[in-house]
Amino acid sequence: MSNRTFTVMVFAIAIAIIMASRFIPNEYFFQAAYTVLQFVVLATAWNILGGYTGYVNFGTAAFFAVGAYSTVFLYNAFQAPLVVMILAGTLVAGLLGLGVGYLTLRLRGVYFAIATLALAVVLYTFVINWDYVGGARGAYLLQPREVPFGFARYTHLLYSAMVLMTAAALAVARAIETSTLGRGLAAIRDDELAAESAGVPTLRLKLFSATVSGALMGMAGTTFPYYLSYIEPSSAFSLSYAVNSIAMPLIGGMMSWLGPLIGAILLGSIQQLVQVTVSSAWNLLIVGVMLVLFVTLAPNGIMGWVDAWRKRKDR
Amino acid sequence: MELSTALVLNAIIAGLLLGGLYAAMSVGISISFGMLDVVNIAHPAFIILGSYIAYIVNDRLGFDPILVSVVLSPLFFALGMALYRIYYLCFEKRGQESLRGLAFFFGILFITEVALVLIFGVDYRLVQTAYGQTTWRLGAVDFPLRLVVPFLVSVTMVVSVQLFLTHTFFGRAVLAVAQDQLALRLMGVNPVRVKELAFALSIATAGVAGAFLIVIQPVQPSIGREFIGLAFAVCVLGGMGSIWGTLLGAFVLGLAESFTSTFFGPSWAPAVSFGLLLATLAFKPSGLLGR
Amino acid sequence: MSDLLLEVSGVTKRFGGFTALEDVDLVVRPGERIGLIGPNGSGKSTLVNCICGALHNEAGSIRFMGEDIGRQPTHRRIRLGLARSFQIPKPFASMSVLDNLRVPLLYAARRHEKIAKSQITDEAMHILQQVGLGDKAQAMSRGLTQVDMRKLELARAMAAKPRLLISDEAMAGLSPAEVDDILALLQGLKQQGVAVIMIEHVMRAVMKFSERVAVLVAGRKIAEGDPQAIAGNPDVVKAYLGE
Repeated sequence: MSNRTFTVMVFAIAIAIIMASRFIPNEYFFQAAYTVLQFVVLATAWNILGGYTGYVNFGTAAFFAVGAYSTVFLYNAFQAPLVVMILAGTLVAGLLGLGVGYLTLRLRGVYFAIATLALAVVLYTFVINWDYVGGARGAYLLQPREVPFGFARYTHLLYSAMVLMTAAALAVARAIETSTLGRGLAAIRDDELAAESAGVPTLRLKLFSATVSGALMGMAGTTFPYYLSYIEPSSAFSLSYAVNSIAMPLIGGMMSWLGPLIGAILLGSIQQLVQVTVSSAWNLLIVGVMLVLFVTLAPNGIMGWVDAWRKRKDR
Repeated sequence: MELSTALVLNAIIAGLLLGGLYAAMSVGISISFGMLDVVNIAHPAFIILGSYIAYIVNDRLGFDPILVSVVLSPLFFALGMALYRIYYLCFEKRGQESLRGLAFFFGILFITEVALVLIFGVDYRLVQTAYGQTTWRLGAVDFPLRLVVPFLVSVTMVVSVQLFLTHTFFGRAVLAVAQDQLALRLMGVNPVRVKELAFALSIATAGVAGAFLIVIQPVQPSIGREFIGLAFAVCVLGGMGSIWGTLLGAFVLGLAESFTSTFFGPSWAPAVSFGLLLATLAFKPSGLLGR
Repeated sequence: MSDLLLEVSGVTKRFGGFTALEDVDLVVRPGERIGLIGPNGSGKSTLVNCICGALHNEAGSIRFMGEDIGRQPTHRRIRLGLARSFQIPKPFASMSVLDNLRVPLLYAARRHEKIAKSQITDEAMHILQQVGLGDKAQAMSRGLTQVDMRKLELARAMAAKPRLLISDEAMAGLSPAEVDDILALLQGLKQQGVAVIMIEHVMRAVMKFSERVAVLVAGRKIAEGDPQAIAGNPDVVKAYLGE
């Protein structure tokens, strides 16, 4: 399937889902779906740099929070419309991604991963000390009273935006994966020196990959402050974003766009279920245990099983 | 702005004392990451685990936390051996240590942290010690014993580790593991076994460092994360795999944090260690005493 | 306008206090077959790394097809028509053998040769058949034997469609028959007008293959000339056999 067909299809499905959701009376559905889809975007975005290019980013929370706090800033400064907020947050997080991409120039493997972790803490400290966006106390954002496009509640609008963002993230990930670019990124992941010696402009590709990955993570965060009507640094920078966005592609499979999608839906839904039935503290334990189990016992994730099964069938 | 001498002197002493704690927290990473090439980002989780074990024994039986941690360090040693076994079988042997090994330790970090939350809750815990309330004064400079005692034990521990590594056969084998595994095999030493024991030693130091931590400040399960950057910053700053470098890096970081807290407020302190880490990584990845 | 393909002049490379290359000159004409020999640690691989851009030389210049490439990143040099194989094979481990060749075909060969995207697979298969990996095209590269790994290394360099191919010890550890296979392969490149620098320890192969041999010892070029002359050169004999 060509990428254009795929993109049209994925957006058609997204719009169909939005339309169908109007008939769902249950408010909880929107909450749960919003959270799961947010994880789909984060996992898909992480996988572009982590899975395709082979650079482990522990700083998902930093990008997410940059998206979220750019919304807070625009809210305080201009009461900007939602679309502007989404685009601006995506852009700012993309620029941060570009900066992180330059780190790959000097830092390979582990050092890069630790640097991204450090980046998250540095940004966290800045936000805590930045009173204009609420500092450590956090900030309140009122959802606009007028809800466009005939949605019943503003939350439904945010949910619909998240559905569209998910579609965009999946389309971008698949386009990268199936293109020449994706082949180049895979070469970088396997052996950077060999890639460069095969004519792959490794730095440019890494910058691109880090920028797109960061931008998509930031995009997922832009609607977050409105969604809760309240934001504080420790929730926006929560390390659970980092662990989830790593666990989901690892569990689903990192070689294709389907992996993070499957992993995020599976792990995200389990967490929603546990949150309702047990308590949210158990969520992270489950993510941690599943991450460790999969990474030790099924290193290629669910898609790895599927591939192995397909191969056996072919024989 | 005029700076009073007493303020500066106190900041220096506090920084050095803090550096002692940081050295204990980082020496294990210096071994595992710097010498064995095992990126144990879960190290801080074991430090916190050490804090809680010291807390329980202190709370129930009233024993001194540091003493407890030293006596119980074989437990951490055994834990380290088991953990390295799993790591070796699942990652090193398959050649998948980089990405998946990292994710593995990240997962371990979370499991440990959440398990502690589920058992003890998110409240801060502290310990009672005989010296906790005492502060020596030398002129205008304070020497709180709750900092001085861990400092002394910590420096002793770090120096012992260095002497052990340079003056025993096993220690030299550990140093050789990073350089030349083949030579080790030719000498009849199994590198995997050496790494297993050295990793176990690194986890044992984490347990003891945990006791220092809870003597110095109240502890809560999720503060471990804040120390990931700190411990790695110390190791990278000091130069990978150099124990003296780790000690030096720890003092540099302790001083930097202490000055930041004194002159800009404690809320900026975390940015210092991570900022230093980022700067070191970007500009001098080989560290202060790097090879 | 010069008729030289590669022109290395006065190249010096230091690592800390250690001088790995000192004032090395080397020229290669189009289609020429050069042998580069020298004891272990004499700087052969360092020279390759300087020519290809993995390392940067402190002094001297490197010109390729008349252009100074000394400051260009590796991938640019490859796109101009340089290619190398690695001493220790570096396959793209997550890809099939065929996909390994797609990378240089997409990123390097297409820059200076007109290859339609639809022809990439045919082209890759063609090269694989040349090196004798045709039946392993769909195999995962990480599962290959050492011999096949070396063949793949060479095939991937060929897939960049170079004007100059640098083969860094492609034959170490191969049987005489396999050495002959690879020799025939490299000699076949001559017909396509591709120049080759062969770095090798297998002396028989170097002497049989090369039109001209250069000898590096301790970072200096101590001799250069046709194979017979080099084999009889007392300095070279001394460097190899010791005093």
